[in-house]
Amino acid sequence: MILNGVQIDDTFAEAFNMRGTRVIITAQNLKWAYHAANAMAGFATSVIACGVEAGIERELKPDETPDQRPGVSVLMFAMGSAVLMKQLETRMGQCVLTCPTAAAFSGIEGDPETVTRIGLGKNLRFFGDGYQISKRFGGKRYWRVPVMDGEFLSEETTGMVRAIGGGNFLVLAESQPQALAACEAAIEAMRQLPNIIMPFPGGVVRSGSKVGSKYKSMIASTNDAFCPTLKGLVKTQLSPEIESVMEIVIDGLTAEDISKAMHAGIHAACDIGAAGGIRRISAGNYGGKLGQHHFHLHKILGPTA
Amino acid sequence: MSALTFNLKIAPRQRLDLSPLTPDNLAGKQLADIERIELQCGNRKLAMGEVFHISGEDANEIVIHNSAGHTAKLDHIGSQLRNGRITVQGHAGDYAGYEMRGGELIIQGDVEAFAAGSLSGGFMHIQGNAGDFLGGAIAGDRQGMKGGTVIVSGNAGDRIGDQMRRGLLLIEGSSGDYCGTRMIAGTIGILGSVGQYTGYAMRRGTLLLKEMPALHTTFVDCGLHTLPFLNLMFQSFVGLPTCFTELEQNRVRRYAGDIANDGKGEILILQ
Repeated sequence: MILNGVQIDDTFAEAFNMRGTRVIITAQNLKWAYHAANAMAGFATSVIACGVEAGIERELKPDETPDQRPGVSVLMFAMGSAVLMKQLETRMGQCVLTCPTAAAFSGIEGDPETVTRIGLGKNLRFFGDGYQISKRFGGKRYWRVPVMDGEFLSEETTGMVRAIGGGNFLVLAESQPQALAACEAAIEAMRQLPNIIMPFPGGVVRSGSKVGSKYKSMIASTNDAFCPTLKGLVKTQLSPEIESVMEIVIDGLTAEDISKAMHAGIHAACDIGAAGGIRRISAGNYGGKLGQHHFHLHKILGPTA
Repeated sequence: MSALTFNLKIAPRQRLDLSPLTPDNLAGKQLADIERIELQCGNRKLAMGEVFHISGEDANEIVIHNSAGHTAKLDHIGSQLRNGRITVQGHAGDYAGYEMRGGELIIQGDVEAFAAGSLSGGFMHIQGNAGDFLGGAIAGDRQGMKGGTVIVSGNAGDRIGDQMRRGLLLIEGSSGDYCGTRMIAGTIGILGSVGQYTGYAMRRGTLLLKEMPALHTTFVDCGLHTLPFLNLMFQSFVGLPTCFTELEQNRVRRYAGDIANDGKGEILILQ
């Protein structure tokens, strides 16, 4: 398959079952909502060492938030519910409770069969040392915790759902600046879509990994087949003109959300096309044996591509 | 289907217990069966047919017509109501909505004492005035209102919300003395004036007032504040038939108390 001169590999991205949650963070203005959200989604690029993968999903206008203040929504994903609950509590406590004027609300509602309620402000209330106040509005419980700037307001719980992490595609380009430009365009297009995040810095990751290593202590190591500087040394996947490869990883609430994001991102990268030095689009997988979800590039882009 | 309508045709000499008049209790019954239901009146029992002209068939929509000039001795209207709607055209007596758990109770006149006592769910709208102990606990009970929403378009009597545990009580007019006494939690809003000893022995809960009451010494001034949670509270009023929906500014003076009883309650005075 060729798209604007860019070869689309007949391969698939391999993704995993995860647990996901959404938190709505509001503040006096968008600037401070971002401060809290950026702190909460900081150091959350990969579950390998961060525990969770998190990112800002989108901005929210005052009429979209429970307390009528500007806000942002943060999506957070982990491999299991226990880790997600722990990380959410920790990050709420250190990043949102601490941030001036910030408040936190549930971002996922729905049928109790598919949505599990997990603590949001439930345990943070104890920071109030007995002065915390519970209020119930519209069937939901909120906690008011006295803090030095006034009151920290948080909904008691948020919703946790089954989600998918690890959707991805690789952009192979003739130069590093061209690969990055294509990835930036892809991220810009994907950020318009709901229910997904790209957890790596700026949404892009350069250190794709393979399973295993020559070192016993390492469970994963650099993806040498896609490292341009090793082209002559290893069984490379790169043709001579490829000088840089970058990857975009996507976590989403459903497979459909990830497919749509991959579709939008690949198209945006391919719009730059061969003329802009973009030569191939590929995807990362582990042979299909590890992940429960396979996103085939040709299937996602459709026959018209 | 037309509403199941009960037109009062006598003036009871004693207080009349109308607690059997709920959708749950009347569903599926023929008019003749309903007319045979016995109502306690003082120390006697009266058949429903002796007290009311009954018409209509929809037990989920009950109308009690207590025409002007007739007695307000109709007690326990909507007691243990779980679903459906009861509309009272005229006044109601004591214990309206007592232990109500769901549904709607609309009273187009006044109610007497202990309305919404131990109410734990549903919506009650008193379009006239309410008597003493509105949303309060009856003697021997440890808790008053435990949930739900009650709106009073007129004024309320003394000791409203006594030992209230949860829920929302909105008074558009004024209230009497001892408002929110021994309150355990929940929210009471009053747009008019309040009497003496407001929040006496209040433990937790919120009194949202527009007018500054005469507070006793065990309430302490915590200063002026802009509280974001009030936005949520005002949002929760949206859709309710009350002028509380017009509130929008969240700047309040906060008094904490009753410090003689834990001091975790609050009286918020809208600025």
